Amino acid sequence: MHGSRASDSFLTEVIESTPGAETLITCLQCGTCGGSCPSGPDMDHTPRALFAMINAGMRDEVLQSNTPWYCVACYYCMVRCPKDIPITDLMYSLKRMAVREKLYDDRDAPDWSQSFIGMVDNYGRSFELGLATRYHLTHHPLKKVGVGPLALDMLSKDRMSLRPDRIKGIDQLRAILDKAKSMEAA
Amino acid sequence: MRYAYYPGCSLTHSAAPYDLSTRAIAGPLGLALEEIEDWNCCGATEYISINKAAAYALVGRNLALAAQQGVSQDVVAPCSACYLNLRKVDHYMGKYPDLRDQTNQSLAAGGLHYDPGSLRIRHLLNVVVEDVGLEAIKSKVTRPLDGLRVAPYYGCLIARPQLNGGSIDPEYPTHLDHLLKNLGAEVVDFPLKTHCCGGHMTQISADTAYELIRRLLHNAAEYEADLIVTACPMCQLNLDAYQSQVNRHFGTGYHLPVLYFTQMIGLALGMEPAALGIGREVVSAAPALKKIGKVAPETPAAPRRRKRDDKALPMPRQREEA
Repeated sequence: MHGSRASDSFLTEVIESTPGAETLITCLQCGTCGGSCPSGPDMDHTPRALFAMINAGMRDEVLQSNTPWYCVACYYCMVRCPKDIPITDLMYSLKRMAVREKLYDDRDAPDWSQSFIGMVDNYGRSFELGLATRYHLTHHPLKKVGVGPLALDMLSKDRMSLRPDRIKGIDQLRAILDKAKSMEAA
Repeated sequence: MRYAYYPGCSLTHSAAPYDLSTRAIAGPLGLALEEIEDWNCCGATEYISINKAAAYALVGRNLALAAQQGVSQDVVAPCSACYLNLRKVDHYMGKYPDLRDQTNQSLAAGGLHYDPGSLRIRHLLNVVVEDVGLEAIKSKVTRPLDGLRVAPYYGCLIARPQLNGGSIDPEYPTHLDHLLKNLGAEVVDFPLKTHCCGGHMTQISADTAYELIRRLLHNAAEYEADLIVTACPMCQLNLDAYQSQVNRHFGTGYHLPVLYFTQMIGLALGMEPAALGIGREVVSAAPALKKIGKVAPETPAAPRRRKRDDKALPMPRQREEA
């Protein structure tokens, strides 16, 4: 199907970034993935189309696509794929590649992920109020009229903490994460 | 039966009633849950979106701590996202030696190590159904949930992905249905039982999430469910806390309380609603629970708003005849 073309390097890169993704080259273009996807209507390309584009070496178009960022990680496509392609895992790989090269179109989704991992790196646990405050005040705050009442609902039901919980072994966790990040960058 | 318990971040705050009810029913069901000491976040869907090696190391620390503390080979997670991340890292570390070595190199920086396959990662729902057993639970029911119509909502990650085959149907599982029937509840058909609640989309693309939440509420309402029962903190949060926003967005008027299966077990075992965290849901379950004679703590009703598309002038209403 494909000989030694420049396009193969992108395909190889995507496969190597994802455990078990060698099956990607066997994609039948059947479209079961897109048909199973709950957020498919919001995507600029269905997963099926995206895989054809990866095979065609359309690197920038693929990494600029909003498709991985609309993936809700429900794994419907993955259990239905007749060729056992780890589709959800591939979406995560495409997100990472897009972030590394700053090629995504929309900042909201990657910023949310970054804010979340910032909380984890600081405390070892997620801190919902800090996360929501930091993110929503810097991302279209005027559109977020519903966020305030929701936070009040959660506070009044004693379901949201005003302070973060920090794990005891935060230094140990940071050493582990720093080591991992140094390997990822290499 | 002893288990290493991994509550996860949600259960410490937004899903605190899930933690409370889990701990309340554990004793009567014969489950000894011992919390993994100093566990950290599983990374949810966010860490792996930015950094793979660190996402594996983050989960790896939890696995290494659980194995080191040696409470049990069985690690139980009530949160479906934690359950996924823990079992996926364990499974992929076992399947891909490069990933195992890389993760262990990271863990070594903190003096830890994990051999994949040394723990069994289990979801709390599966532990309750498989280890305690439906017959044993049924025999402990003192206040059956007679007449209560419930929609069993599994969400995504209890059923999918299937990493080792597995006995649970990836699209139409039934074990929560059977559990609820054994508690005496009337289980309604719920075709969307494993459809997505929108996950983190409420934060980054609310319209996407609202539509997914609307479908689920619509489906449960169509089958005249009194309430939705779930086994995942994300599902509970999205369907419960965002229900009023979904109603505003679509001009609908759903009032479907969303409780955890552990709260339902507790009720059927005769426990008091407040001891199970009932009353802390945003959409009050009190009206539904009156059907089974439970005096649940009343949650003050939110002031009624007129629907956005209601163009009628607010007219004075005659008081109805008593």
